Amino acid sequence: MTSKNSKVVELDQVVIRFAGDSGDGMQLTGSLFSDSTAFAGNDFATFPDYPSEIRAPQGTVSGVSGFQIHFGQKTVHTSGDLADVLIAMNPASLKANMRWIKAGSIIIVDEDAFIEKGIEKAGYLTDPTLDGSLDAYKLIKAPISSLTKEAVKHLNLDMKSTLKTKNMFALGIVMYLFNRDITLVNNYFEQKFKSNPLIVEANKAVLAAGFSFADTIELLTNTFKVEPAALEKGRYRNITGNIATAWGFMAASERSGRNLFLGSYPITPATEILQELTKHKNLSIKAFQAEDEIAGIVSTIGASFTGSLAITTTSGPGLSLKSEAIGLAVMTELPIVIVDVQRGGPSTGLPTKSEQSDLMQALYGRNGEAPVIVIAARSSVDCFYSAYEASKLAMEHMTPVILLTDGSLANGSEVFKIPTVANLPAIVPPVVEADDAEYKPYKRDAERLNRQWAVPGTPGLRHRIGGLEKQDVIGNVSHDPLNHERMTWLREEKVMRVANYIPEQEVFGDKDADLLVVSWGGTYGVVLTVVEKMIQAGQSVAHAHFRNLMPLPKNTEEIFARYKKIIVCEINNGQFVKYLRMNFPQFKYHQYNKIQGLPFMVAELEEKFNELLKD
Amino acid sequence: MENQIIETDVMQLTKEDFSSDQMVKWCPGCGDHAILRAVENVFPNLGVKKEDFVVVSGIGCSSRFPYYMNTYGFHSIHGRAAPLATGVKLANPKLSVWMITGDGDSMAIGGNHFIHTIRRNIDINVLLFNNKIYGLTKGQYSPTTPQGSKTKTSPQGTFERPFNPGELVIGAQGNFFARVIDINPKAMTSIFIEAAKHKGTSIVEILQNCVIFSNKAHELITSRETRDQYQLWLEQGKPLKYGKNGEFGIVLKGTRLEVVTIGENGVKESDLLVHDQYEEDTGIHMMIARMMPPEFPVALGVIRSVKADTFDQSMEDTIKHEIENSKIKSVDDLLNSGNTWTVE
Repeated sequence: MTSKNSKVVELDQVVIRFAGDSGDGMQLTGSLFSDSTAFAGNDFATFPDYPSEIRAPQGTVSGVSGFQIHFGQKTVHTSGDLADVLIAMNPASLKANMRWIKAGSIIIVDEDAFIEKGIEKAGYLTDPTLDGSLDAYKLIKAPISSLTKEAVKHLNLDMKSTLKTKNMFALGIVMYLFNRDITLVNNYFEQKFKSNPLIVEANKAVLAAGFSFADTIELLTNTFKVEPAALEKGRYRNITGNIATAWGFMAASERSGRNLFLGSYPITPATEILQELTKHKNLSIKAFQAEDEIAGIVSTIGASFTGSLAITTTSGPGLSLKSEAIGLAVMTELPIVIVDVQRGGPSTGLPTKSEQSDLMQALYGRNGEAPVIVIAARSSVDCFYSAYEASKLAMEHMTPVILLTDGSLANGSEVFKIPTVANLPAIVPPVVEADDAEYKPYKRDAERLNRQWAVPGTPGLRHRIGGLEKQDVIGNVSHDPLNHERMTWLREEKVMRVANYIPEQEVFGDKDADLLVVSWGGTYGVVLTVVEKMIQAGQSVAHAHFRNLMPLPKNTEEIFARYKKIIVCEINNGQFVKYLRMNFPQFKYHQYNKIQGLPFMVAELEEKFNELLKD
Repeated sequence: MENQIIETDVMQLTKEDFSSDQMVKWCPGCGDHAILRAVENVFPNLGVKKEDFVVVSGIGCSSRFPYYMNTYGFHSIHGRAAPLATGVKLANPKLSVWMITGDGDSMAIGGNHFIHTIRRNIDINVLLFNNKIYGLTKGQYSPTTPQGSKTKTSPQGTFERPFNPGELVIGAQGNFFARVIDINPKAMTSIFIEAAKHKGTSIVEILQNCVIFSNKAHELITSRETRDQYQLWLEQGKPLKYGKNGEFGIVLKGTRLEVVTIGENGVKESDLLVHDQYEEDTGIHMMIARMMPPEFPVALGVIRSVKADTFDQSMEDTIKHEIENSKIKSVDDLLNSGNTWTVE
């Protein structure tokens, strides 16, 4: 079934936001629309926005669950900031999302939900669909609930099951609006509800009813089409940051020939990585759900000692709990990867909201001189490559690596061009052969300064390690003052020399632009969007986005020296900028910080950059 | 099943294969020396290759142990030996993993790990040195210090009721619990071998004397004058009998244990409680573990030894099953599974 009546308007890119009560199935609606977007050949990125309560009070603003998709015929860098189309299943979801839509956007509401009780619960004094407050928008009032009931009447479903399908009515409307083929969604129903043909029938009927409704009503004078994006040839899939992280580790395990071990404790928003890895025992992955964060990382250290690619996953509060054990991994010079999916802090903070405020903790949050490699993923897809790189650096340099992602990357999804594992960079850990007479626990590679990996069970390499300071080369316990100073220097230098093995920092834009915009981690997409837009408008801006934070790329200083003005943008109170000021105090840094549990908006960055360009 | 770790093709090892070249830095007279010697005697006789032993520890006097054994060893951080041992065992279940810990390390800061490791039944052997004091930090009370004891941090006597490790182990669904004394090397040797043979978490509590900070903490049990009165050595299938001439015994009266004298008040040896370490029900084992002087003798030997699935073996079995039954054979298969599309 495809739309037939109206004329088609072509668009470059569109942002759609699906919103409803947390029980209304908006996440599924969004993900089905994403699948059809993939099928239509667009590039896209998505982001779910849900409350931290599993079922917040029904009909209230705090119980609203949302899903946003941004798709286009060009490369899409973010899930978009303001929506062109909002689907609001009740008054509360309209209220909660008005700030996230563009002026003049299309709003589709379930008019059956705009009754006195619902309007009042949402905190409206009058019905917003009648009082003129939405006059500036294209409001489509659809009797979604009643037409859903009508559409499945013949199936004699109970009321609860009937109303559960109303999200598909909304999806039907949007599918029509964007000239999508609903066959794909019908196929999904057939697979998903294989054992319940009645539910398949009901969903199909409601989806078709929504589609026909949109086709029939005269409110819409046109539909929209976004042409396929010019994506590189290849096979693609949609992937969230957390799944990409899990798969990146799996790829590194396979490529390095080291078994993958995860020791972890559930924590929002990192839990999905643990969940995902527990699924893949078919690929010999050992995922251990520990009794707490500490046991998570310490079991990881045990598995690393025993020769596994060993990782632990957590979020900010969990990283705090792991501090002492990270120090143990620094001291024993064992390869582990600690993933911190950052969220709003301090303490429990904003568990479901994203922030970049664990940078200082990752860099310095340990007792003693305890340097580790720190890298930060820049997008949901990049979580795959960052997890891979973190594993490679940890094993080849025999050191802990902290990988920073964040809640937005973790839950957001993007189009992922599927790589082939054999084409990823080789990983060659310094594993010692049996009976190597030259082996010494703290003997080091002359270049990288890493020690070797002597795995229990290997004949001829028995040795002891631990948290006490060790004698250089030999590895016996040592309290010698000069030895401690030397070992401290060696541990630091080993991490600093990683700069020789990571790519140089890239800059997007002119080498001598008036303004260099600096960002790191999950803000890549939005900052790049702004810089691209400004360059197109003829403004003199460039962008340096950092993935490698410790050590920094070798050419960092040289890049900063080229620009008249530098601004560092972060979703925190200015941690990276402090770090840069400490490392390169000769430059003047402007900063833009936002600490609202929300991503940057294109407009606010553009305004700030323009302001700096004018001065 | 309980002999699975025995391999016949292992070259005959000796005590010397496991002695390290490190200077042992425990105080002269410390009970730890005897435990070290017992372990050195046990390792060559387990049929395990020398490179397949891993000895891990937390922090405390006892936790220096790995440095004094010529095996793969890991001296970790305070309280965390159990998860470290877990990671080692899960990563390579073929290894014979020994965890050395103390009453501070495992009953206090590592209490959570201790109970969960036991509950999961990870196949590791735990030697719990119980000297009822913090020795390395020089004399503060521990979770097993008797109530009322005066220590550096309880100058007026402790207010806390102590843990009985046996009770904790059995309460955490432990399947193997034994108790020995550091002055009895022969018993240590045989009990350590039994612990090694047991598949699952085996806990051996060693009543160990700290000559400096809690000297004579176990005196009633160990002194020449009182030991016959307070040591009850358990034997599988034998009645609970003790005393210089085996004149005392334990009977189950109602829901409690009671000390009796054989021959008095018509009590016969056949009235005594008979020990069954293989009984799955924890009731009697718990009561035996709880027996403490001066009311009761202390039960020594294997209190509980029950077969149960281990976490590590279940993990291996599940992996094997999943590999056999999955279409996904590689990460490439996974990447290309499910909903994908091609751009030409």
